[in-house]
Amino acid sequence: MTLPGFPEAAPLEGLAGGVLIGLAAALMLLALGRIAGVSGLAARAVGLGGSGIARSGAWMFIIGLPLGALIVLLASGGIAASFANPLTLGIAGLLVGIGTSLGSGCTSGHGVCGISRLSGRSVVATVTFMIAGIATVAVMNAFGLAVQ
Amino acid sequence: MMRPSIVSLLSGTLFGAGLALGGMTDPARVRGFLDLFGDWDPTLAFVMGGAVIVMAIAWRLVPRMSEPLLDGQFHLPTRSDLTPRLIGGAALFGIGWGIAGLCPGPGIAALVIEPAAAAIFVIAMLGGMALVRIFEGARS
Repeated sequence: MTLPGFPEAAPLEGLAGGVLIGLAAALMLLALGRIAGVSGLAARAVGLGGSGIARSGAWMFIIGLPLGALIVLLASGGIAASFANPLTLGIAGLLVGIGTSLGSGCTSGHGVCGISRLSGRSVVATVTFMIAGIATVAVMNAFGLAVQ
Repeated sequence: MMRPSIVSLLSGTLFGAGLALGGMTDPARVRGFLDLFGDWDPTLAFVMGGAVIVMAIAWRLVPRMSEPLLDGQFHLPTRSDLTPRLIGGAALFGIGWGIAGLCPGPGIAALVIEPAAAAIFVIAMLGGMALVRIFEGARS
């Protein structure tokens, strides 16, 4: 199914993917009583703070991420992906690491778990990183900065 | 009784599958969502909407539970203060997100899709987290 006016959009796949992410986060919350925040769990896994979950549990969640993507990859026969050049990826990764550490979360912890809980901190963080992301892409496009 | 670590693995696997299925492991699609003033791709809004709806239901169940299914208590954030650190951190994260179209979950999940590129992003991200730890350790 396509969305009128947005030929590139994949609304059904997006919604299905979102429901899976919601189920993943709900499992974490209702079974273990914890927030499925990827930045915090990644930091915890490698011993850089983050959430208070057992490090082995954090590792299991983090290992699951590529495992789940691999299942979709094998089932679908291919996943479109277009990545930036190495320098751009390095700069972006550094900013994402610093930003999620200072801001106590990313798209999953603040954007999914926090918004659905109506946490004031998460709503403010999500609005902030959305505006920053939109502004960054707009500025890069305005100056013709390609990332490939 | 399922062991907590198996639940974590299952949760991470569902999460990674959802990211890949929803197209979030393609940085070009994520940047397409952030390209609000250009060729906008609303797919990410559907991903976020689906996830938030399911989680909103899950949050309604929490007050009815005395404890999580496999733990003695809930471990949930309790802070409500809006600090410059929160907003500044979120802004820096958003800039990095916009530059490459990757946030932590998709970056890690993409290790099986575009291993070299995803690894550069993930290592740099962990480096950024380490920098904050070092800087904060030096200040306190």
